[in-house]
Amino acid sequence: MTRLTTAEPQSQTRSRTRRTEFLTGAKDTIPLVLGAIPFAIIFGAVAGSSGLSAGGTVAMSVFVFAGSAQFIATNLIASNTPGAVIILTTFVVNLRHALYSATLAPHVKRLPQRWLIPLAFWLTDESFMIVISHYNKPDASPFKHWYFLGSELIMYSNWVAFTGVGVLAGKVIGENSGLDFAMVATFIGLVVPFVKSRAARVSVLCAGVSSIFTYSMPNKLGLIVAALLGIVAGMVVETFWPEPIEPIELNAALPVTDPLLQKESEVG
Amino acid sequence: MNEVILIGGMALVTFTIRYSLMALVGKISLPAPVLRALKFVPPAVLTAIIVPAIVYKGDQLALSYTNDYLVAGIVTALVGWRSKNLLLTILVGMGTLFAWRWLLSTHLFG
Repeated sequence: MTRLTTAEPQSQTRSRTRRTEFLTGAKDTIPLVLGAIPFAIIFGAVAGSSGLSAGGTVAMSVFVFAGSAQFIATNLIASNTPGAVIILTTFVVNLRHALYSATLAPHVKRLPQRWLIPLAFWLTDESFMIVISHYNKPDASPFKHWYFLGSELIMYSNWVAFTGVGVLAGKVIGENSGLDFAMVATFIGLVVPFVKSRAARVSVLCAGVSSIFTYSMPNKLGLIVAALLGIVAGMVVETFWPEPIEPIELNAALPVTDPLLQKESEVG
Repeated sequence: MNEVILIGGMALVTFTIRYSLMALVGKISLPAPVLRALKFVPPAVLTAIIVPAIVYKGDQLALSYTNDYLVAGIVTALVGWRSKNLLLTILVGMGTLFAWRWLLSTHLFG
């Protein structure tokens, strides 16, 4: 770049940095976007046979935007569950987002409401995992919320678009297509990088084994019980049986998050 | 119940969950044990979603090689652990599921 273009260097650098953060956030989320495509299609396809209208199916993706909760809701609609129970189940299944939200909060506390509201609305498992590892990187970029936004918008537009594809594909896709395994595979890929310490291994093992035994609890409550048991187990191991050396991998794709060690580097 | 009320209710509870702590935590400080617990939350919750999805077929526990989700889930975890590549993990996972279904359908295992 030549001297001739330095008329507004400050704003150019700033906008380029915002743009770079936004695009990098979207780019880093692409593997998860691809994992969500089959799941969005299968949701769109099965929601119709559950009794939800085509408009209602797309509206659920637009306004609720919570893959596993939407899927569970269609199962409940199909079995004529009362709406109040479906809403309660949605609450329980999505409760994990409260903890994602709390984990991200120290990083976004300087942002104004016009940022917080959309960032919170579009929060998903996938974007959380990608974004928290970006916030945990040591660089002090002031525009990491643009990365957050980029990750969320690509997930959202993809989810809504492929819900529509699923609605159109409708009955072409059978009940037992196996496409819903895409969500399981994505979640497995998200969990594995977390399991690096002894405490994390015990936590995941405990949550997994417990979830088998709590599966028959009503309204998906077993999910929350098993997760809580896993969290407690992890904390107990960390407290009473700490590892001699904590593994530190700053450049790992998805490092274990520790909010106590995170830097606060945002501006509004 | 009306579809609009149902979807509105689901949207409202979901947004409230996602928004409330994000908006509050900047203003109040969470106790240290809560912050320590938070790092165990995502893997614990996701594992509690994954495991029942692969070990149950309907409402029946299915710990068998004939359970395609279980076999593909184990392969997916191994690929994720060895490769540390998310896209590869998802693609191999899906590929394994369909390949295993095909193998089972050939009745090679009786």
